[in-house]
Amino acid sequence: MNPVLKLLIDGSHLTTAQMAQVAGMPESEVNKHLEQLKKDRIFLGWRPVLDLSRESVAAVRAVIEVKITPERGGGFNRLAERLSKFDEVESCYLMSGAYDLLIFVNGPSLQKVAGFVSEKLSTLEGVLSTSTHFMLRSYKEGSFLIEHSSMETDRLKVSP
Amino acid sequence: MKRFIARHVGTLPKSGIRDFFEIVSKMKDVISLGIGEPDFDTPWHIREAAIYALEKGKTHYTSNLGLVELRRAISTYVEAHYGVSYRPDDEIIVTVGVSEAIDLALRALLNPGDKVLYHQPCYVSYNPSVALAHGVAIPVPTRAGDGFALNVADIEKAWQPGCKVLMINLPCNPTGGTCDRARLEKIARFAVEKDLIVLSDEIYSELVYDNVHTSISVYPGMKERTIFLHGFSKAFAMTGFRIGYACGPAELIDAMMKIHQYSMLCAPILAQEAAVEALTRGEDSVKKMREQYHRRRDLVVRRLNEGGLDCHAPGGAFYVFPSVAATGLGDRDFAYGLLKAQSVAVVPGTAFGANGEGFVRASFATGYDQLVEACDRIERFVNATTPCSAPSSS
Repeated sequence: MNPVLKLLIDGSHLTTAQMAQVAGMPESEVNKHLEQLKKDRIFLGWRPVLDLSRESVAAVRAVIEVKITPERGGGFNRLAERLSKFDEVESCYLMSGAYDLLIFVNGPSLQKVAGFVSEKLSTLEGVLSTSTHFMLRSYKEGSFLIEHSSMETDRLKVSP
Repeated sequence: MKRFIARHVGTLPKSGIRDFFEIVSKMKDVISLGIGEPDFDTPWHIREAAIYALEKGKTHYTSNLGLVELRRAISTYVEAHYGVSYRPDDEIIVTVGVSEAIDLALRALLNPGDKVLYHQPCYVSYNPSVALAHGVAIPVPTRAGDGFALNVADIEKAWQPGCKVLMINLPCNPTGGTCDRARLEKIARFAVEKDLIVLSDEIYSELVYDNVHTSISVYPGMKERTIFLHGFSKAFAMTGFRIGYACGPAELIDAMMKIHQYSMLCAPILAQEAAVEALTRGEDSVKKMREQYHRRRDLVVRRLNEGGLDCHAPGGAFYVFPSVAATGLGDRDFAYGLLKAQSVAVVPGTAFGANGEGFVRASFATGYDQLVEACDRIERFVNATTPCSAPSSS
């Protein structure tokens, strides 16, 4: 496996300079690996993991279960890709089970998100029904516990 | 009050790590590579098993030997990983960490004056544990030149009449030294020839990086003279649970059990419940942690060598044991100097016995970013202290 990809999967949150040290290669080579991963569409981009509730930034997030009509030839893909293009949509997955698409959306207010669902999403041809769940509180984001206490403080500073 | 203290306790030196710890613990913003435990928290599924056990009211004594489910799990695990089979009924005892198991074994085996061979540099408790059991500890040196492996020639040289026990710890804390099969087999033959009991502390045996770990108990004639000691602290990151075990011949385990039942009664039940979970479902967590340690080892070894310290790649455990000779400083001066100048803590090699002189122990059980920063600082310190090679006088 690409050594840089391995570090990314580990979620060690390293800078490229640190990755270079850990993988034992010059930083330029790390960047080369990153470029290759981008070219292969494996590495799609960086994104910070934020707990915005601490910054009192008004943000509303919701999960929407969407039932859609599959199309001859393309199945669910055309509609799923079309939905994914909306800026409000963070992530979009085709699911097995009671509904077809699971969509994560965010917006500055409840009204905005509700407006997106009622005006954009549910009015699209092929969308049969939507079921929207607003998120109330986050306990874990992108592998980070929200109430995370530092590990280092618990260990004795020197031990046998 | 000193006159009340037993002679063999009064004369026992304090751990060399202790005074160093006192200094480090009062300092701020120190990157500590002096920590002899994993930086990972115990995997959640193991912690959750302990919580569940508490909820279910598992708050009572267990059998002196330990929960039978745990002994069965240990038997299965040891057979699968080390190729030696022990009966859960009478050949396994669960202890409060390997430390207690060592203490039990030495107390069960030694008459006053019996001699114990052990390799040095070694874990800080070996020598004192022998002394507390009224034995005489005889060090066998290991050397940086061959990666701190244990050589039978050195054991032969150190051996003397009255030697009853050979204590080995492979992979080794503090050196990370391991032994290849050829070396180990020779040691096994020597143990049989001299009728030695072998205490084999294999606490780091899941954390080996280059070769497959072999237990000395697999060699002919060894199972009946080996007490295999293992625990959960390192591989499963469970140091605070204080849980370990010993496997060996039924008569020896029974003798150890006698001391254990009067002194400890049993290991804490919650730790035992967590240990069952670790053995039955913890393999993936161990593998993940081992991969991380492996990469960290490669990073630290490379950086320290580039930075001017002679550092062998340890075959196992999570310590490097570089020589600080290039700086012209002794190990204590190096460790104190590094702490003062660059706020990085490493442990002086002499804390692990006289043979550790000129070396320091640096643990790589710390996150990458801290390790990179620590290596940068060590390099700066080495550059500032290393004497320029003087031109040869003519």
